[in-house]
Amino acid sequence: MAEFETVTVETDLLICGGGMAACGAAVEASYWAKKHGIKVTLVDKAAVDRSGAVAMGLSAINQYIDLNSGNNTIRDYVDYVRNDLMGITREDLVASIARHVDSTVHLFEKWGLPIWKDEQGNYVHEGRWQLMINGESYKVIVAEAAKNALAEAGGEYYERVFITHPLMDGQKCVGAIGFSVRENKIYVFKAKATIVAMGGAVHVFKPRSTGEGFGRSWYPPFNSGASAFFTIWAGAEMTCQEVRFIPVRFKDAYGPVGAWFLLFKSVATNAYGDNYMQTNAAELDKWLPYGRVKPCPANLRNWLMMLDVMEGKAPIYMQTADAIKRIAEQAPDEKTAKRKLRELESEAWEDFLDMTISQAILWAATNVEPEKRPSEIMACDPYFIGSHSGASGAWVSGPEDLQNEATRDEYFWGYTNMTTVDALFAAGDASGASSHKFSSGSFTEGRIAAKSAVAYVVDHNEPPTVDQAQVDELKAKILKPLETFQQHKDATTDPDINPNYIRPKQHMYRLQKIMDEYAGGVSAQFKTSDKLLEKGMELLGYLKEDSEKLAAQNLHELMRCWESVHRMYQADAHMRSILFREETRWPGYYFRSDKPSIDNKNWLAFVNCVYDRDKDEWTMMKKPVKYIVAEVEQQLSEAGG
Amino acid sequence: MPSFVIPDKCDGCKALDKTACQYICPNDLMVLDKDKMKAYNQDPQMCWECYSCVKICPTQAIEVRGYADFVPLGASATAMRSTEDIMWTIQFRSKEIRPKRFKFPIRRGVEEGKAQPFDHYPTGDDDLKSPTLMCEPAGLNTERGPVKFDRVPTI
Ligand SMILES: Cc1cc2nc3c(=O)[nH]c(=O)nc-3n(C[C@H](O)[C@H](O)[C@H](O)COP(=O)(O)OP(=O)(O)OC[C@H]3O[C@@H](n4cnc5c(N)ncnc54)[C@H](O)[C@@H]3O)c2cc1C
Ligand code: SF4
Ligand code: SF4
Repeated sequence: MAEFETVTVETDLLICGGGMAACGAAVEASYWAKKHGIKVTLVDKAAVDRSGAVAMGLSAINQYIDLNSGNNTIRDYVDYVRNDLMGITREDLVASIARHVDSTVHLFEKWGLPIWKDEQGNYVHEGRWQLMINGESYKVIVAEAAKNALAEAGGEYYERVFITHPLMDGQKCVGAIGFSVRENKIYVFKAKATIVAMGGAVHVFKPRSTGEGFGRSWYPPFNSGASAFFTIWAGAEMTCQEVRFIPVRFKDAYGPVGAWFLLFKSVATNAYGDNYMQTNAAELDKWLPYGRVKPCPANLRNWLMMLDVMEGKAPIYMQTADAIKRIAEQAPDEKTAKRKLRELESEAWEDFLDMTISQAILWAATNVEPEKRPSEIMACDPYFIGSHSGASGAWVSGPEDLQNEATRDEYFWGYTNMTTVDALFAAGDASGASSHKFSSGSFTEGRIAAKSAVAYVVDHNEPPTVDQAQVDELKAKILKPLETFQQHKDATTDPDINPNYIRPKQHMYRLQKIMDEYAGGVSAQFKTSDKLLEKGMELLGYLKEDSEKLAAQNLHELMRCWESVHRMYQADAHMRSILFREETRWPGYYFRSDKPSIDNKNWLAFVNCVYDRDKDEWTMMKKPVKYIVAEVEQQLSEAGG
Repeated sequence: MPSFVIPDKCDGCKALDKTACQYICPNDLMVLDKDKMKAYNQDPQMCWECYSCVKICPTQAIEVRGYADFVPLGASATAMRSTEDIMWTIQFRSKEIRPKRFKFPIRRGVEEGKAQPFDHYPTGDDDLKSPTLMCEPAGLNTERGPVKFDRVPTI
C-alpha cells in the first residue's frame, strides 16, 4: 500500500466542519482570539465556499426574532419551538440562540447578503420568524467573512480533509484525526478545545429514489453523520437521537414549500380537494396538549397528511393556482393584478432556483405552470438535522444566566455549548434538543460555542497531551479499507464481488435497508415497533462486524467507507432511542405500533444515551424536561397530561 | 446523469494543479481524466444537482440533465452567474411554453472578497465570560423598531 505522510497541526481551538455553525464559530472565535493571542484552525471535508446544507444557497433566513419591532419576544420563540417539538426542548438553549440571532442577521446584511425590503425599508417576512433573501450566494458570503476573520486573527483553514475520529486524553478531547481526500496524508490536529459542527446525517434511511435520483435527498448527501459519530465516539452524552425529521416537500425533487404555505398562503388538499388539516382535525385531540397549539406542530401536520395517504386519498396537492388567483384578486385593478402575477411567478421560481434547482427542472420537465395547476407534495425520508425541525445531537451545557432553580443542576455545567466531554463543544446540527435554529441560528450557535471555547482555552492554557500509540492505532484503523482492497482485489475477476470484503456502497445500502424496513423508513410508512427494532438491531450488529472488512480502492472511496461507518453509529443511537422511549410522541416522524399514543405522564422527558467505545456498550437514560417558562406546566395539567 | 461535461467546452482548466469543478463539488464528485484532459462526474448517483460545479466552470462546460429515474427529458435550467447577479433560463419540455428568464441579485453593497467580519458595531464588553458576542449589544438594534437593547437580553 502507498505510504501515508502524517501531518501534525497544533492549534488552540479546532473547528471541525465548514458549514453555517462552523463559519459562525470561525468569525466569533477569531474576534476573541485576536485579543487573547489564540490560534484558530478550521477543517472542512469540502470547499468552505460551497459546503454543507447551504451549498446551493437558500431562499429564506428561517430564524429572525425581530426583537426590535416589539412584536416578538424571546419567550414567544421558546414557546413556538417547545410546542413544535411536542414539549421535548431545552428552553435554555433555544433562548440562548434566540437572544443573539438578530445580531447575526444584521451582520449577514453588512457582509453583502441581499435581504428583501419593503417600501419602508423593513425586512420582508415570509412568516412570523422567516425573512426572504436573494440567497444564491448565502454560503459564499458567509464563508468569505469566516475566511477573512481567520486571516485577520492569524488562523488557518484546511479544505478536503475528512475528519474521522476525535483524539482523546482520558475523558478530555484533545483534537481530531482525519485524512486528505486529495493526497496520501493523515492529518492529526492537536487542540486545547474542539468545536464539532459537521452537520447532520442523510442516507441513514433508504431514500425514495434509488436510481440516478438517489442523491436528490432533501438533506444534502454530503452530510453523513460525522458530528454524531465524533461526539458518540468521544463518549459524549447524546440527546433526542429518536427525534428525526421528515419534511413534507414538493414530491420527488423536494422543492421547498415554506414560501407557498407562509408567503402565498396556499392550502394543501388530498386528491379529492379536501383540506386534510380540517377534515382530520379531530385526530389532533389524541396528541394533547400539542395537538391544539398554534401553529400546529410540523410532525402533526405531516401526520394528518399521512392519514389521508394511508387511506388512499393521494396524490396530495399544493393548490398553487388557487393561491396565486387569490393574491391577484386582491389587486385594485387589472394592471396591478398583472404586475403582481409576474412578481409572484418570479418569486415562486426563485424560491426553487436559490435552493432546490432540481425542482425547477422537474416543474419545467412536467410542464408545470404553478398559476395554472397544482403540484404534488409528499413526505421525504427521515433525516438527522438537529438544527431544523428534528432535535438529535449532543447534550450541551446551557448558559448560566438563562437557568432557573429547577434547571440549573440539570442543564448547566460550565462552558456554554460544551458537551459532557471536557474541551469538546458542539453547535448547529451537532448539538441537540434545540431545534429551529436553521441557517442563522446555527451560525449564531457556532458564535456562542466559539466565544465560550475561547474562554475555555484561556482558562486551561496547557498543551494537549496526545498519546502517540492512540494516533498510530487510529491511523492504521482509518487506512485499513485501502489495505483490505489491495490485499484481496485479485481474488476474483470482478472487484465489486469478492468474499473477502464489502465495498462502501453496499455497506450503505445494507444500512439503509435495515433502517427502512425495521426502523420505520419510507417503505414501512414510518411505522416500527419494539419487535422490529430488536430484529433491526441484530442485523445492524452484523453490519458493524462487517465494517471491519470495508474496502476502498482510492481516497474518495475511503471517505465513502468512513461516511458509512459514521451513519451506522447514528443509526444505532436512533434505534436504541426509539426503543427506549415507550410511547409515540411525534406520529408524523415515526409511529411505534406497540405504543401508539403519547404518554405525558411517563415520557415528557429526554432520552439520552452514552456510548462506551472500549466496551462497545450503550447506556440509555431518561433526563427530566424542565422549563424556564412556567405556563407550560399549567397548560399540560389542563390538558390532563 | 445529473451534472455532465460537454467535451468540446472543457479544457481541463488548462492543466492547472486543480480544476475548478473538482475544487468546488461539496460531494467530491468531479474529477479530471488526465489522459483526455476532460472532467467527469465520478458518481452521478450521489449528485445533489447543487450546480456548484456548473456555476464555477470558467468555460460553461458543465450542465445538468434532470435525474432520469423521475424527470422526463427535454427540460433544462441554465445558470449564468456574475459577481453581482445570476441569470436563469428555464426551458420547458413542451416547446409550447415559452422559456422563462429570471435575473436575481446575489450580493449587495459589498464587493466580492471584501466582507469585513468585525467592527460593524461596537462590542459592549471585553469579558470572555459574559454573554455579549462580538458587535453586541449594538448589533442587536436597528433603526426600525421601538425596542432597543443596551445589553444582551435574558428571558
Ligand atoms: C434542503 C434544506 C433547506 C433548508 N432551508 C433553509 C432555509 O430556507 N432557511 C434557513 O434558515 N435554513 C434552512 N435550512 C437549514 C440550514 O441549512 C441548516 O440549519 C444549517 O446549514 C445547519 O448548519 P450546520 O453548520 O450544522 O451544518 P452545515 O451547514 O450543513 O455544515 C456542515 C459542514 O460539515 C462539513 N463536514 C461534514 N462531514 C465532515 C467531516 N467528516 N469532516 C470535515 N467536515 C465535515 C461539511 O462539509 C459542511 O461544511 C435548510 C436545510 C436544508 C437541508
Ligand atoms: S471547471 Fe469546467 S473547464 Fe475546468 S475541468 Fe471542470 S468542466 Fe473542465
Ligand atoms: S451539481 Fe453539485 S453535487 Fe453534483 S457534481 Fe456538481 S457540484 Fe457536485
